[in-house]
This record gives sequence, C-alpha cells and structure tokens, in this order.
Amino acid sequence: MNNKILLEIKDLHVWYRVYGGYLKVLNGIYLMVREGERVGLVGEAGCGKTTTMKSILQILPPGDFHIPQGQIFYKGQDVLKMSFKELQRLRSREIAMIFQDPTAALNPVFIIGTQIGDVIKYSSAFEENVHQEKIKTLSTKALKEVSLPDPERMLINYPFQLSGGMRQRVCIAMAISSPRNLLLADEPGTSLDVTIQDQIHRLLNELVEKRNTAIILITHSLGVAREMTDRIYVMYAGTIIETATAEVLFKNPVHPYTKGLLASIPKISGGGIAKGISGKLPSYLNPPSGCRFQPRCEQESPICSEEPPQLLEIEKDHLVACYLTKG
Amino acid sequence: MEQVTNNEILKIEKLKKYFHIGKDKQGPIYVRAVDGVDLNIKYGETLGLVGESGSGKSTIAYTVVGMYRPTSGQILFKGKNIGMEASKRPLSIKKEIQIVFQDPGSSLNPRQTIEQILALPFRIHTQMPKRQFREKMVELLEKVELSADYLYKSPPSIGGGEKQMVAVARAMASNPSLIVLDEPTSALDVSVQAKIINKLMDLQKEMHLTYLFITHDLSLMRNVANRIAIMYLGKICEVAEAVTFFEKPLHPYTQMLISSVPVITEEEKKLKPKKVISTGEIPSPVNIPPGCSFHLRCPYKMSICSKVDPEMIEVSSGHIVRCHLFAKLENKKTRKE
Repeated sequence: MNNKILLEIKDLHVWYRVYGGYLKVLNGIYLMVREGERVGLVGEAGCGKTTTMKSILQILPPGDFHIPQGQIFYKGQDVLKMSFKELQRLRSREIAMIFQDPTAALNPVFIIGTQIGDVIKYSSAFEENVHQEKIKTLSTKALKEVSLPDPERMLINYPFQLSGGMRQRVCIAMAISSPRNLLLADEPGTSLDVTIQDQIHRLLNELVEKRNTAIILITHSLGVAREMTDRIYVMYAGTIIETATAEVLFKNPVHPYTKGLLASIPKISGGGIAKGISGKLPSYLNPPSGCRFQPRCEQESPICSEEPPQLLEIEKDHLVACYLTKG
Repeated sequence: MEQVTNNEILKIEKLKKYFHIGKDKQGPIYVRAVDGVDLNIKYGETLGLVGESGSGKSTIAYTVVGMYRPTSGQILFKGKNIGMEASKRPLSIKKEIQIVFQDPGSSLNPRQTIEQILALPFRIHTQMPKRQFREKMVELLEKVELSADYLYKSPPSIGGGEKQMVAVARAMASNPSLIVLDEPTSALDVSVQAKIINKLMDLQKEMHLTYLFITHDLSLMRNVANRIAIMYLGKICEVAEAVTFFEKPLHPYTQMLISSVPVITEEEKKLKPKKVISTGEIPSPVNIPPGCSFHLRCPYKMSICSKVDPEMIEVSSGHIVRCHLFAKLENKKTRKE
C-alpha cells in the first residue's frame, strides 16, 4: 500500500444555512484515499456521510451551504479553489458517483440510452468529436459489463420498465462507462433486497479490482464494509472518530461508539443482541462543545465536554479520536 | 392431535390472497400475493417470517390483523375463524390482535399528541372513565422507557426510535395476546434497533405475548425468533427452528439468503453456505413461473422443477421444506425400507 495519495480531505467543515442559524454538520473531517484503494465510510443515518461525498464533487445545494474551513486535495489540487471549468472536468473525467436510490438518480422521461450516452459524450467532449455510433457501442459495452441481459434492447427502455436491481446496474454502468480514477458509491445496495444487494456489491468489487479504480463506499452496515473494503472510517455526527484497516477495526475497536455499534449488530451465529447505544444524534444547530459523542458515552470524563479530541495514531494506520486512548 | 391444536394460538390454512388488477383476453389478471400458505404459531413463541420484498409477507400480516379479506383459506385464532375484515370481527378478537408497522413516521398521526394517540385504544376497548386514561398511559410509557412528559409531545418532535416505542406502547394498550410486528426496526439504525428489540423481548416475557415477526433481516431473526419461516413468491419454502435453520439450511433459496448476509466475524463466515451465490431477481407475482416458483434462480434445477410444484415435506421433526431435492430423498428412503 505505498501507492500515491489520490484524495485527501483535511479538517473539512460544512455548515448548512437554515432558519435560526447554521447546522454545523461536518466538524473537521480527515479522510485519505490512495490510488486503487477501497475505502469504507461507515456511520448511522444523518451523520454526514453523504454531505462529505457531495462536498468532494461540490454538488451541495447551491446557496445553502457554507464551508468555514478545510481543504479537499484531489491529485494535489484543492477542489474548493477550482474554477467552474476545472470542476466540470473533475466531475466528468475523474470522479464518478453512484447514488443510493437508483429510481431518483435516473431521469424518468429519458430512455436509458440517452442517459448513458450523455455521460459518455461529456466525459470525452473535451478532446474529440464523438460520433453517435461510438457512443452507442460504448454504452452497450458498459451495460454488458454490469451483466445486464440484452443490452441493445435495454438502451431503448425507460427506467420504469426495469426493476430496482437493474436500475442500480444501469447507474453503475453510467459510472464506469468512461475511465475514472475514483468512484464514490453512496449506499449502492441499501434500497435493494439482500440477495440483489449481494449481487450489486460483488459486481462493484469485480469492476473496481479489474480497473484498479479507487472507491469510497458509504454504508451504514459494518458487515458490508468488512466484505468490500480495505480500510474503514467510522463517522459520528460529522466527525471521523476512528479509522483502521478492516481487519484491525473488527478485531480491536477502540472508540466507545465503534464498540457499541459492533455489539449492536445481530449475528447469524446467535448469541443475542447487546443493549445498543442509548440516546440519539445531537442537534446540529447547537452541537455539544467537546466530543460530539460525549452525551451518549458511558465512559465520559470532564475533559470530554470541553474540547473535541484530536484524531491520534495509536498504531500504524489506526487513528482514534477519543480521550480514553491517551491513557 | 388435539393437544397440538390446543398449543396453537394462530393457525393459517391454505390461505390465499389475490388482488384483482385488470383483465385481458384470457380473463381477469390477479397479483397472487399469497398463494396457499399453511402456518401455525404456538402460544408464547416468536415466529419469524422472512422474505424479499414482493414475497407476500406483509400481505399475510395485514390479512391476520383484518386489513384484507382472504380470497380463500382459513385463519383460526384460538380455534375461531377470523378470515374476514376487521370491521366484521367481534371487538373481543380485535382487542387480542395488534400490529406495529414498519415506518413509525407514517403510522403515527403527526397532528395528534402522544396522549391522543395512546387514548384511542382505551376509548375503544375499555369502559374506563376518561380521568383514568392518563394514569394507564403513563404506565404504558414507563413500560417502553419513556417519561410521562412525552404525553404532550407530538410525533414529529421526537426521534425515530422513540416514535417506534410509542407505536409499540399503542399496540400494547389493549392488552393483546398476539402482536404482528411488520419490519418494526428496518427504518432505524442498528444501535436503536438493538434497544427496541431488547424491549420487545422483555415485554414478551412480562406480558406473555406471541409475536409474528416479519422482516427481511435474517441475522436479526437468528437472535429473536424461536422458529423461522421463509417465504418466496407467496409460498412458504422452509420452516424450522432458528438454530437448525442456520446450521442446516436445506432449501436452495434459504442457502442463497444466508450466503447474502453481510457478516462481521469469522465464526459467522463459516456458517455461510459457499456453493450457492445469489443470481437473478424475484419474478413479478403477476406471472409466477409454472412448477416451483424458484426454479429460475435455483442452482440445483432439475427437469421436474419447471413442471410440478413441490409439496411440503417434513424432513425432520418441525423442519419442513418445499423442494423436489428432498422429495427424491424421501422416495429413496421409502423404497429402501
């Protein structure tokens, strides 16, 4: 794993403007992806996973957000300082995103062929004049790669004619139809059934391995993250609280939240369910001043509510943001 | 035989529920949501009903609580036939069967306070004067670990887990004996799910409840249910005790489901069947394939599978499977004997 660093997020803060102030959603995100690496971003609903992804591509709701501080480096260039044209290039040539709900991601009034064709057209429009014929062969090829039956006919179908699993395959086909260096997959299997989810995950894994694309997989399921990724970031209320390789994280979780989360997952080998984590996510309007997990934490001490803990390395590639680790 | 029937709180026999959706030249078109289901639930147990979306598990739940009238077949509750809409059922039976829905955000009226929501079951099922409601409601809220001031809150102002707790309290209000849980935690986070499941299990012991637990989450079922039934396209594929289910899954569909569960420990990985990997998708219940409805996705497909619908076979005591693979075994056994 001595590959070059592809993406690096440093101390990213994102606020949303609402009536009565700002929602301080992201509070110092650190994240790093090397070339060809599979990274998992795990956290519960509403912890800011999707906001992080959207800020990488700068597709946050226009006018409603505010980035007080932070940097996002993609190949050494700060995304937050890019011009519109550079951003367009980033979105069309470098990074692709797969969304959680394929039904909402596809436009219901255009056929699949037009939608994939557009992705291909704009991804290569900077260099050459692409012909309609070539677009068609490329789209067919992409659909074939995600093992959709009868790709030729699929091109003239509307999204509503396909099932949920097939729609998600189309979305993946769009993401891989032109070569990309980084794939952002935002819960690609969550809205699907377990068996279909398994198929989609296996397909994504194959494609990523074959093309040596880096991927950030967002998921709320630690099981999925374990099977799909090399390194996992655990997120809670807009902060990264722990990161480690998949193996280490499951063997030796350190942060109380990671421990609680792991214990809450029902296992097919039985053994009952732990009592869970009491309380709920803090309000982003007035978040706790110190560690954001402190109100729910069972091992809190006075220092926890004073200042947020820093992300510290406790062993190689294993970073934790908790005062307990200092000893 | 009689003793066995006495043990059962709910007995579903050959239940069918078709939905009429239109017609063509051949005649009317039906969605065959539930297509001949036999199932029984014993007193005090938790039966897990597992299946993918579109397999008809929620239709069974809604038929049991009386939101649908069955097309044919019987539902016996404590020996009495209740195969009719809730409006035709006597109040004494409605009181005994309650339901908790999947999404507490839409099953609780956002315009009402929790007090109003919880008062309704008391108004319907008891002769109590209104003054006494409050006391009972506070008691109920205490049971699900919510404080009395929640009475004056409204559903949008509380968290998802708390909303589901209110929905559970509402179901418990009429002192029922059977509760249908229709994916009660699939809209919630795992840490919240663990809390609610534990509460439900405590309440079951305390109030001697029987649960029909509907879900698509197999790993949750392993820890909650006594017995598990797997449904596929309106039919039951396999019924077994929860433990045998994971140690010896027989039906190819069950194996496919278990192999699709994402796991977090090595122990669990060993339990996953490796031969069957998931392929294909669940067909539409309008065009159910002939023969065994699973044969299009089955890795062990034989020629008989596309022609004849298999029967339910009891492989060992309490372990029932509907698959031709085991019918063959059975025949061989009898021949040898």
